[in-house]
Amino acid sequence: MELTAKLVDLHKHYDLGSVVVKALNGVSLDIPKGDFLAIMGSSGSGKSTMLNLLGGLDRPTKGEYFLSGKNVATLTDDELSAIRNSLIGFIFQSFNLIAQYTVLENIGVPLLYRPGYPAITPEDQDRCNELAKMVGLGERTDHRPYQLSGGQQQRVAIARSLINDPAIIMADEPTGNLDSKTGEEILGMLKMLNAEGRTIIMVTHEDEVAEQAKNQIFMKDGLIAGTGIFKG
Amino acid sequence: MPNLLRTINMALKSLMLQKLRSGLTMLGIVFGVFSVIAMLAIGEGASKQAQEQVLQLGASNIIVVSVEPPEDSSSGSSSGSIKRYGLNRDDFRVLQKTVPRLEGIVPVREVTLNVRNREFEMNPRIVGCTPEYQDMNHLEMVMGRFLSDEDMRKLANVVVIASDTATRLFPLENPLGRTVQISNRAYRVIGVTKERTASAAIGGSLSGQDYNKDLYMPLDTFQSRINNKDTIIKRTSGSFSAVSLVYNQITLKINHPNIVDEPDVIIATAEMVRETMDKNHGVKGDVDVIVPLELLKQAEQLRNIFNVVLGSIAGISLLVGGIGIMNIMLATVTERTREIGIRRALGARRIDITQQFLVETIVLSGTGGIIGVALGLATPIAFRFIKFIVENYIMESSTAQSDMSQMFLNMTPQIAIWSLPVAFGFSVLTGLVFGVYPARSAARLDPIEALRHE
Repeated sequence: MELTAKLVDLHKHYDLGSVVVKALNGVSLDIPKGDFLAIMGSSGSGKSTMLNLLGGLDRPTKGEYFLSGKNVATLTDDELSAIRNSLIGFIFQSFNLIAQYTVLENIGVPLLYRPGYPAITPEDQDRCNELAKMVGLGERTDHRPYQLSGGQQQRVAIARSLINDPAIIMADEPTGNLDSKTGEEILGMLKMLNAEGRTIIMVTHEDEVAEQAKNQIFMKDGLIAGTGIFKG
Repeated sequence: MPNLLRTINMALKSLMLQKLRSGLTMLGIVFGVFSVIAMLAIGEGASKQAQEQVLQLGASNIIVVSVEPPEDSSSGSSSGSIKRYGLNRDDFRVLQKTVPRLEGIVPVREVTLNVRNREFEMNPRIVGCTPEYQDMNHLEMVMGRFLSDEDMRKLANVVVIASDTATRLFPLENPLGRTVQISNRAYRVIGVTKERTASAAIGGSLSGQDYNKDLYMPLDTFQSRINNKDTIIKRTSGSFSAVSLVYNQITLKINHPNIVDEPDVIIATAEMVRETMDKNHGVKGDVDVIVPLELLKQAEQLRNIFNVVLGSIAGISLLVGGIGIMNIMLATVTERTREIGIRRALGARRIDITQQFLVETIVLSGTGGIIGVALGLATPIAFRFIKFIVENYIMESSTAQSDMSQMFLNMTPQIAIWSLPVAFGFSVLTGLVFGVYPARSAARLDPIEALRHE
C-alpha cells in the first residue's frame, strides 16, 4: 500500500515561557494514498496541532513525519512553503478568502507562489474559470467574498485548493460555519475529490461529518485514543 | 520581472481598497518631495538673482567705494564738526595713472537732497556722474537724452531724472525742458530714464540701489554747485551736519577680452588697487574695493549653502513623511495578519510576503513622489501667488522694504532640473527604507498564529 503520509512518534510542544504545553505526545500513524481520514476530538485534544503538522504549516518538536517521502522536520521554511503550494490544498472553517480579490483572483492566489514563479499562462486562467464552474460559481467569477454566502465562499476555497492539482487536501472543520444542507454539499464535493484519487484529511468534531469519511481517528490529550466513530 | 509586475498589481489592489488612507499616507511624501523641489528652486533662484546682480556691476569692473567711518565718539555730537572721509582727487589721479589696461574710469558723487518743482517735492538721490554712468548701470531712456561730454565741459545746469522722480515731480506735465529746484538753483530736465529693477545690497559696503528715484547731473556741475568746496551741509531743525567727501565711488573698467577663462587678471589688478588704496586709506578704513568677479564666487558659495540648508529642511519633511508611511504600514500589517496567514498557507514564502509589503510601501511613496514632483513644477506659480499676497496684504507697498525682502520679492524660483529625479528618487528610497521593517515583521509572522488572528 502506497503511503501519502507517515507519522512516527510525533511530538509537538509549545513553550509558553512558564509552562510547556504538550499538544502532541507521540503520535504514530500511516495515511495511505487515496484515504479520506477524519480526525476527531474535543478542543484541546491536539487535532488542530495534528492538522498543522500534517499540512506543513509547522514542524514537529520530536519524531518524524514523512510527506511524499520527505522528512518534514528537516525541511527549510521555503521548502515547506513549496510543499504547501504544490502538494497540499487547504480548506478552512472560516473560508479564509482574500477580501480585496474577486472569486477568480482568489482561486488563482496559489498560482502566485508556484516554485520558480512561472508566468501565469492563459491555460492557468482557463483552469481558474473551469474550477469556478465546477464548484457552481461560473456566473459569479467577478464577485468579491462579501457578496457571497458562506457555502459559496467555501466552494471558492475548494476551487482554490485545487488550482495547483494537489495530491492531498487538508480540511479544517470545513462544514463548521455552514448550515447542515450546505455542509452536505461541501462534504459531497470532498467525497468526489477523494473519488478522483486525492487524499483528504479532515478535522471535525461532528460525528455525522466524520461518518462520511473512510477512516476516523479520535484524539485525546495529544494521543490517538482510537479509530472509528466513538459514539457518545 | 513578470513576478514584480504581479506584485505591483497586487499592491495597487490593496492600496485601492483603502483609498482615503492611502491618500493621506501619501500626503507626507507628496509635501516632502514638493518642499525639496520648491526649496531648491528658491535657493537656485536667489543665487541666480545674486549672480545677475553681480554681473550687472560688470564682471570686468573694479569698484572703489568710500565708506563712512563709524561715528567718532571723541568729537562729541555731530553738531558743528565736519565729517571728512573717502576717495579724493589724488586717489582718482593715482588710479587713472597706475591701473594697467584701464578702459574707463567713472567717478560718482551722490547725495540725497530736497528737489522741487513748484509744490511738488521729493528727496531723490542726486547722482553726480559722467556720461559713462549710463552704460555702466544699463540705464535706458524713455525720452530725451542722457548727460553728454559737452554738458560736463560746460558745467551745464542740466539733469536727467528717473521714472519715479519724473512722476513725483511732474505728475501733470511732460518734464522735458522743465526745470527743477535744488538748493534754490534751477536745473533743466533733459531726459527721463526708463524704469529699472533695483539692485540688492552686495557685500558690506555696496548698498542696494533703487534706480527709479534718482536724479543725474554732470559730475562737474555737481562738484561746483552742490558739493561746494567738497562739502555738503545739511540743516535740519536745530542742528546741522556736514560731510566732506569728493567721490562716493570710482568704478574702474578693465580692458580684458576674456574674463571667463582668465579671471586672474582682474583679481590681480584688484589686488593692486587694494594695495594702492591701503597706502592712503588703510588706517582710516574709509575706502573699500569691491570686485564683482569675487562676489560672483561668493554668490556661488552662497548658493551651495542655500541648497544645503534648504535641502536639509525639506529633507526633514521627507523623513517625517517616511515615518508616517512606516506607521501606517505597521498598522496595515497588523490589520492584514490573517491575509498574511492565508498567503503563507497557500505557499507564499517569507520573501514573497516581504516583497509584497515592501512593494506596497514603495508604490505608495513613489506615487506620492510623482504627485510631489508635479506640485514642485508648479512652484513658480505658487511663489507668484505668495508674492501677490505679501505685496498686497502684508507689506504696505514701497514703505520700509528691507533689502532682504526686496531681494526675496524680486526673485523668481528656478526649478533645478536635477532636483526632480533626485527628489523622486528620495521618495522611493524613503519607501524602501521605511518599508523594510513593516515588511519584515509581516514576513516573520507565524503562519498558524496569523491564520488564527481575528
